[in-house]
Amino acid sequence: MPADIYLNVAVGGVLTGLVYGLMALGLSVIFGVVRVVNFAHGEMMTIAMYIAVTLFTAFHLDPLVMMVPIAAVLFVFGYTLQAGLINFFITRPEHSQFLLLIAVAIIITNMLLILFGPDSQNVQTAYAYESFQIGTLIVDATKVYAALAALVVAASLFGLFRFTLLGTAIRACADNYTGAMVVGLDVKRLYALTFGIGAACVGAAGCMLLLLFDVTPEVGPAYTLLAFVIVITGGLGSMPGALIGGVLIGLTEAMAGLLFSPSAKSMFAFAFLVLVLLFRPQGIMGKRAA
Amino acid sequence: MSRKPQSDSARVTRRTLTAGLGAGIASGIMPFNIARAQGTALKVGVLLPRSGVQAGIGQDCQRGVDISAGILKDLGMPQLQIMSGDTESSVDVARSRAEKLISDGAQLLVGAFDSGQSTAIAQVAEQKGIPFVINIAAAPQITEQGYKFVFRNFPTAGMLLGDAFANQKEVFTAAGAEPKTAVFMHVNDTFGTAMKGGIGVVMPKFDMPYKLVETIAYDPTARDLSVEIAKAKATGADALLMVSRLNDAILLTRELIKQRWSPMAILSMGPGWYEDQYLKTLGKLSDGPLSFVPWYDPNKPLSKKLEDALAKAHAGVNLNTNHVYTFEALLVAADAYKRAGSADSKALAEAIRKSNITNNVSPGPGIQFNEKGQNDKLKNSAIQNRGGKLVTVAPKVAANAKVEWPLKPYDKRG
Repeated sequence: MPADIYLNVAVGGVLTGLVYGLMALGLSVIFGVVRVVNFAHGEMMTIAMYIAVTLFTAFHLDPLVMMVPIAAVLFVFGYTLQAGLINFFITRPEHSQFLLLIAVAIIITNMLLILFGPDSQNVQTAYAYESFQIGTLIVDATKVYAALAALVVAASLFGLFRFTLLGTAIRACADNYTGAMVVGLDVKRLYALTFGIGAACVGAAGCMLLLLFDVTPEVGPAYTLLAFVIVITGGLGSMPGALIGGVLIGLTEAMAGLLFSPSAKSMFAFAFLVLVLLFRPQGIMGKRAA
Repeated sequence: MSRKPQSDSARVTRRTLTAGLGAGIASGIMPFNIARAQGTALKVGVLLPRSGVQAGIGQDCQRGVDISAGILKDLGMPQLQIMSGDTESSVDVARSRAEKLISDGAQLLVGAFDSGQSTAIAQVAEQKGIPFVINIAAAPQITEQGYKFVFRNFPTAGMLLGDAFANQKEVFTAAGAEPKTAVFMHVNDTFGTAMKGGIGVVMPKFDMPYKLVETIAYDPTARDLSVEIAKAKATGADALLMVSRLNDAILLTRELIKQRWSPMAILSMGPGWYEDQYLKTLGKLSDGPLSFVPWYDPNKPLSKKLEDALAKAHAGVNLNTNHVYTFEALLVAADAYKRAGSADSKALAEAIRKSNITNNVSPGPGIQFNEKGQNDKLKNSAIQNRGGKLVTVAPKVAANAKVEWPLKPYDKRG
């Protein structure tokens, strides 16, 4: 096999992995602060994908251009979901939280089925078939745009958490729930804001993934599972870990497809997860429990 | 709180309960199908993947169902009452939907486009003793199990491949060029795996001019096929030999364009590349691929009727395999019901076994089933996508156009 193919496939895997990483980042942010595992994560992304499809079909609005408004819609959805529903379950046993979010996921899937039907839908942008050639390296233009957008969104999120008062307050809630309440922080409101930010992340990721893949109402669980694999690999609750996990999973899938069998791509991604769980259970960037 | 006294008519006594139960059991076990008059419509359960990854093709097959009623009536066939079932592109769902349709009163089953799903339905049909006429499914093993109630008016993988290789050689001769190497890509479902197995057995018998330099299996539900195309491109093969479905055919074409690879020919031996959704989604980028598939004989009178009925019901849709073979499955059912004179499952199965329908649509002498329930006299064609339409380029007897060769490079299509 010519050597350039390895580079081509690896670059493609890294670019796809960056978008995966952004999707998983939302899950990691929510878990890291609210300590609730969002089992409706993939389904929330599907909502964003359908909004993008609808806007593209009706007004020919590019999903990348609509990324910010759609992320805002998902922010409102996430905020409302946390403030109106999940906050009541914060102190309940974990299995109650799991069941609640699985129920939310099933409701979303069925609502999308009712509204949009079972057929797969996609968008055909002007650059859908474009690629960049640099020597022997050919890179899918759509993947480049999506990965760049993922990096911008992720950098903004890091900035928000690191350099703003809101971010500091949210991190305080994540570090010490009781302590945050003692110093007068409105923890439940901050939880709702965090869930909204996580949902906005997944909304932005949905816009980007729509450029790469078709959407059907049933794709949600597959993306939820993928997000879990990524955040567990990268370290549950770690934001850099989510991006690194995304890139590693994207790269593993791509190289496994090339070196072994494309049918076995997912198998290798899960095998990688098993190795991480065996040798670094807290994940690559996760902190070991005291 | 007082209870409202019941009227005599509403009161359930032990006697009325026993009588009711007796009547219920009697009606349940009575072979009511036998008693049914010929004037009554035959209840046909049509199982198709109407949702899920194969939804596009399942809904296309449904168009064959939509246009059947009027044509069957014109042919003097008895009425069919269609009971629709959605397999959701899943083997497990196909099995449970078949059971549900039978319990809801279906007297014959038709379906299910996919080999895996058809295999599951065949097991249920055989177990319940309900005739099952397969519209589309090529895995050979379905009619190799000794089933008494399962019939298939569609070529097996071996038949498909035999005709495909013969037609390919005819195409190469007409083009005056031939590929020396090919990469074989296939979905790793029941159909794709059966075709892969068949290629190993059938191809050596045809002394093909090309050799397979790589075989790439992929998941039919895959969302990204960039690695698969990168791997295929790296072989430097002249041609791409395909066994695919619809969604993956579209994804693969997109990747061919993005990765700037235009092989000499795309030779498909399965669905996907000729489907209407493929043509509409990709527009001018859909031109060129050759499909070696079960098709229809445009010279048969019934083909014209089917084309007209489809044009009336679904304007702008090209008649294709999905419509033709779904229609013919219903034709088999109606013809058998007419000759059997009853909806009794054994009588229906016996009548199907003795089918001899010469006024049909598919190429070949007509619809007859061998002792295994397989129509082994079907013939296949080679078709090419041309400006959003499909033309037949082989065999010569059924051709209406000359092959365009080689595939026009994707980056030179304006």
